[in-house]
Amino acid sequence: MGKLRLRQIPDQLKVIELIIQKRGPESGPLTQGSAYARARAEARRARATSPPPRDSRAHRRSLLPRSPAPRPRPSLEGLPEARTDAAMSELVPEPRPKPAVPMKPVSINSNLLGYIGIDTIIEQMRKKTMKTGFDFNIMVVGQSGLGKSTLVNTLFKSQVSRKASSWNREEKIPKTVEIKAIGHVIEEGGVKMKLTVIDTPGFGDQINNENCWEPIEKYINEQYEKFLKEEVNIARKKRIPDTRVHCCLYFISPTGHSLRPLDLEFMKHLSKVVNIIPVIAKADTMTLEEKSEFKQRVRKELEVNGIEFYPQKEFDEDLEDKTENDKIRQESMPFAVVGSDKEYQVNGKRVLGRKTPWGIIEVENLNHCEFALLRDFVIRTHLQDLKEVTHNIHYETYRAKRLNDNGGLPPGEGLLGTVLPPVPATPCPTAE
Amino acid sequence: MQQDKEYVGFAALPNQLHRKSVKKGFDFTLMVAGESGLGKSTLINSLFLTNLYEDRQLPEASARLTRTLTIERRGVEIEEGGIKVKLTVVDTPGFGDSVDCSDCWLPVVRFIEEQFEQYLRDESGLNRKNIQDSRVHCCLYFISPFGRGLRPLDVAFLRAVHEKVNIIPVIGKADALMPKETQALKQKIRDQLKEEEINIYQFPDCDSDEDEDFKRQDAEMKESIPFAVIGSCEVVRDGGTRPVRGRRYSWGTVEVENPHHCDFLNLRRMLVQTHLQDLKEVTHDLLYEGYRASCLQSLARPGARDRTSRSKLSRQSATEIPLPMLPLAETEKLIREKDEELRRMQEMLEKMQAQMQQSQTQGEQSDTL
Repeated sequence: MGKLRLRQIPDQLKVIELIIQKRGPESGPLTQGSAYARARAEARRARATSPPPRDSRAHRRSLLPRSPAPRPRPSLEGLPEARTDAAMSELVPEPRPKPAVPMKPVSINSNLLGYIGIDTIIEQMRKKTMKTGFDFNIMVVGQSGLGKSTLVNTLFKSQVSRKASSWNREEKIPKTVEIKAIGHVIEEGGVKMKLTVIDTPGFGDQINNENCWEPIEKYINEQYEKFLKEEVNIARKKRIPDTRVHCCLYFISPTGHSLRPLDLEFMKHLSKVVNIIPVIAKADTMTLEEKSEFKQRVRKELEVNGIEFYPQKEFDEDLEDKTENDKIRQESMPFAVVGSDKEYQVNGKRVLGRKTPWGIIEVENLNHCEFALLRDFVIRTHLQDLKEVTHNIHYETYRAKRLNDNGGLPPGEGLLGTVLPPVPATPCPTAE
Repeated sequence: MQQDKEYVGFAALPNQLHRKSVKKGFDFTLMVAGESGLGKSTLINSLFLTNLYEDRQLPEASARLTRTLTIERRGVEIEEGGIKVKLTVVDTPGFGDSVDCSDCWLPVVRFIEEQFEQYLRDESGLNRKNIQDSRVHCCLYFISPFGRGLRPLDVAFLRAVHEKVNIIPVIGKADALMPKETQALKQKIRDQLKEEEINIYQFPDCDSDEDEDFKRQDAEMKESIPFAVIGSCEVVRDGGTRPVRGRRYSWGTVEVENPHHCDFLNLRRMLVQTHLQDLKEVTHDLLYEGYRASCLQSLARPGARDRTSRSKLSRQSATEIPLPMLPLAETEKLIREKDEELRRMQEMLEKMQAQMQQSQTQGEQSDTL
């Protein structure tokens, strides 16, 4: 933490600074432990004896000619003293109340109009996120050859999929479903994202595909289990590494008829465990009418079979969300996409596309395919929501079930001598 | 006079054969197999310019969960230039649909063998005038353009049928592929076929006395196997110029009959225009004979199934070769034969009627004169 910021933060955080200076910066939790308690007591004593520092400053400033209110300096706790000072100079300086504990709103005289500044919390969160970065884990499922790796590369405009690493395209189809996770750190506009792409080669490629979704379900539950174990730990990490699958892109083959039985089975089993976004792959084989007919049929089939894909109806928080998501659910999804990592010249611009003897298909042209819609949906508008639904709903469901299975006790070794039961393969209830 | 001495005249034999076969008409049975949604029905409609699948109902995914493979036959009579072809298309809906497709090709194999058995019985029977040839002459196997070559299911199916029917591999919905991808996929499939030792139908080499152009064309056509095809029955106006059969996209129009866009023309030429008869001959001479030989050998072995006493057919030939039992009842067969005879007699009757009418009008004319 930079020293500049700490100077503006009231007592509690000053306390932390004291501790850091004494102990040196550590990753351990600073808000716990006896050292902290001692430091707090010290600060309290100091406060009691000396006058509140802010009062004196305020008093001093009221004698000076009024200066234009400076911008609220962004600080971790959001108490822009500058503004209040400017306002204060108008009135008789009243004895200000004791400096508030951070996060409590400063009690300003209600005669004052205007701006408190709590909306700057967004700016602060943004800055914090930029510093710490965030994780996003996306899984791609579908038969081989549907363009999964290419699409992920196109989505994130970098070579992030299995295709890019040393894997040889000429490899044979694996006999069972494998799970391959590849992580990359990509940066844009100062924001770092640790992106993990989880590929599932071998899904749906065999003659007998019974239960080929089981390894995938097992993997997803294992990630929840890992997170649960970390949460339940006594000495928790400050930031638990999040390997849970936030989003699963399911690739539907563009047959033009209907969903395949395997698609139905997979989505039935997994829509309760992870956010599934169905996507129609290689959509350049369908004309506009065929596309819209196929999408309607797919939507109807999903509805009839009770499969809730993301964004799920039951998790719409307010009316605004509902209308926005309804529009997406009923009109755009499933997105019919085309992926490409090759560039061609069209009208003087270089675009990503596919060049055929009868024309060039532009990936980012909305008249050609819905890739731009998918990208905006997953990355630009609903990325955070995907993570939140995974954390607040899917993970909590898993956790509740695990605790119930364990008799209401958190799973863990050495906790009252309970031994951790093994991760069940298909723990979550499917909609009947 | 000199001509009469040196010219015998049997050079006219092909013409006689031609006339006879034209009168008889052709029948051809084509099977289409492959996963659903690869454009099989559209291609058949495009190839033969008919609408064979008008009344087809496509089931939903949940219905397909429990569906087993069925064999459907659709017949159509096509006439062109005075030549009639009785085309039967055999469809295999449900192939590759279920989650567990193990042995889903067995009904298809059984069907093909049944047709052979039927022909064997007909051939060995007493009345051979109106043998119906319902053997499958050719199987168009559709490979998905979305995969990376042959899938395990494709390999299993092809292995099961390649000794029983002429296979022509075809890549459906080829407008999913860019030219380089098409070439790579074709090469991959060819390599896989060789590796798995699957015998597809070999188009015969053209005669050595054909001109260079034709030979080159022939070689090109052979190189383009498996054919990457696109089917369409809709006529679109391509950029305001002449109407073509094709598919209109927002980025361009695919023309079905454009050799740069797909191999539809090649397929049609090889299948219908040049090799229809050859396919039938190979089916008869090679595949059927192979089946017949193995069938009779297995029956002639001692300890084989004892059929003679239980044979239903009353008209046994003198050699008393035991024939394999068929589920088809004898009466059905007789009915079919009689139907065929009836049809021919009706045609002859119509012709005679037309002739009589003509002579009548001629007579009236001569009367008035």
